[in-house]
Amino acid sequence: MSEPLLSIKGVSAFYGNIAALKGIDVEVMPGEIVTIIGANGAGKSTLMMTICGDPQAREGNIIFEGRDITHLPTYEIMRMKIAQSPEGRRIFPRMTVFENLQMGAATAEGGDMKADLARVYSLFPILEKRSNQRGGTLSGGEQQMLAIGRALMSRPRLLLLDEPSLGLAPLIVRQIFSAIRDLNQREKLTIFLVEQNAFHALKLAHRGYVMVNGRIAMQGTGSELLERPEVRSAYLEGGR
Amino acid sequence: MEYFLQQLINGLALGSIYGLVAIGYTMVYGIIGMINFAHGDIFMVGAFIALIAFLILVAIGITAIPLALFLVLLIAMLLTALYGWAVERIAYRPLRGSFRLAPLISAIGMSIVLQNYVQLAQGARVKTLQPLITGVHTLFDFGNRLVVQISNIQILIILTTFALMTGFSWLVASTSLGRDMRACEQDLKMAALLGVDTNRTISLTFLLGAALASVAGIMYLLYYGVIDFHIGFVAGVKAFTAAVLGGIGSLPGAMLGGLLIGLIETYWSAYFSVQYKDVAAFSILIIVLIFMPTGILGKPEVEKV
Repeated sequence: MSEPLLSIKGVSAFYGNIAALKGIDVEVMPGEIVTIIGANGAGKSTLMMTICGDPQAREGNIIFEGRDITHLPTYEIMRMKIAQSPEGRRIFPRMTVFENLQMGAATAEGGDMKADLARVYSLFPILEKRSNQRGGTLSGGEQQMLAIGRALMSRPRLLLLDEPSLGLAPLIVRQIFSAIRDLNQREKLTIFLVEQNAFHALKLAHRGYVMVNGRIAMQGTGSELLERPEVRSAYLEGGR
Repeated sequence: MEYFLQQLINGLALGSIYGLVAIGYTMVYGIIGMINFAHGDIFMVGAFIALIAFLILVAIGITAIPLALFLVLLIAMLLTALYGWAVERIAYRPLRGSFRLAPLISAIGMSIVLQNYVQLAQGARVKTLQPLITGVHTLFDFGNRLVVQISNIQILIILTTFALMTGFSWLVASTSLGRDMRACEQDLKMAALLGVDTNRTISLTFLLGAALASVAGIMYLLYYGVIDFHIGFVAGVKAFTAAVLGGIGSLPGAMLGGLLIGLIETYWSAYFSVQYKDVAAFSILIIVLIFMPTGILGKPEVEKV
């Protein structure tokens, strides 16, 4: 198989003296959707943020496209074409939808902003209708679409998605997951997805990791993990 | 009536100066959530640099007032901006991410340092500049020596302030730097996640705020003709009051607050008591903080999530 796009090797990260990640090993191959599932507080979002250098890993290495990015400042990592739609969406509430998307394009030097905009609008047509509305006035689902759209504006080679389904109605969740699948299948975009909605995430992903208390407890293909009784009882019970 | 109108003009000129300083407070607060108490002293440093620049220009024979004024404006804005940048670099950036009070204490320290530095370097006595821009225009003549006048320097102050505020508002609203500044103001962490070099954006905010304060310093110097190392304190606190009154964090709020504080102070002096004009301004601060903590144009704390 080819070189991994992203490889995380023995990464530990701390908040103060509290270890949030304890020796994480994860690889993401080009063109894959890889998901991390796990309970609240397992360290999934911390892993996302550690890839982006905030907090920086105290031990281990993070290699992106063959380059060690472990100790780069956040903005330089993002300029290497990693984009994140973070936990809680974090859209700019007092900027218009259009301005939010412009902010996403900040690192797309020399790019064709119009084409990127058209791509986002065709993926999420509602954003075009809302383009002059302030971000803070959007509904939760629209904000999530905006957060993903904003991440896409930089034409990333790796898209990090942190809980895109959180707090959204099932219909919207389905719409967002089908957009993610589209991006991966049509554009071969590599996606690293953190989810609590384990069922959806594992069905969508090529491979998955299960995270427990800052460590990787299990890994396998999406369908393998779906079959595992431990996964079913811990994360899917009462689900669908 | 003529007295009222005359005070309106005086108040607008004074308020313009406060407004220019208030922008620096409000921008810095918006972006890193701290009150830069050294900003008033940056204004004072601007006035001193302008005075020194005037004297140097006269010494080398540049006496044409429009040219001299332009050069002084340029020199003072540039050098004062460097001071503003250095203050952030030395006193605030190392403390980023530490507890909330740390940069505030550091700012008060920086204010004391700047005052004493200017006192040592320039002496404690007041410095004067003879009036460079003279001439008054009579706007209304009610006869009986009841006239409303506006001086050229007042016109200059009001027009310059208006031009700078328009330019600055445009920069914040329509340029990519302004967009980065607003992004940092709304969510610093997210701005970094979009590839914005947040330290650079913060530095530029300090540069711009200091440059505007230096223009206020020049106007103060030209208007009153007297400066000393202490002027930054009272002017700074009043500009801060203006920023709070307008709604701290809000750019139009700072401008509006500046004008209002200038007008309140002038009318209070005119109709009640000159000695207690500072009491009027600071009472406003207390009243606003108690009854309207977000100010006139401030944004409410709660955001829809």
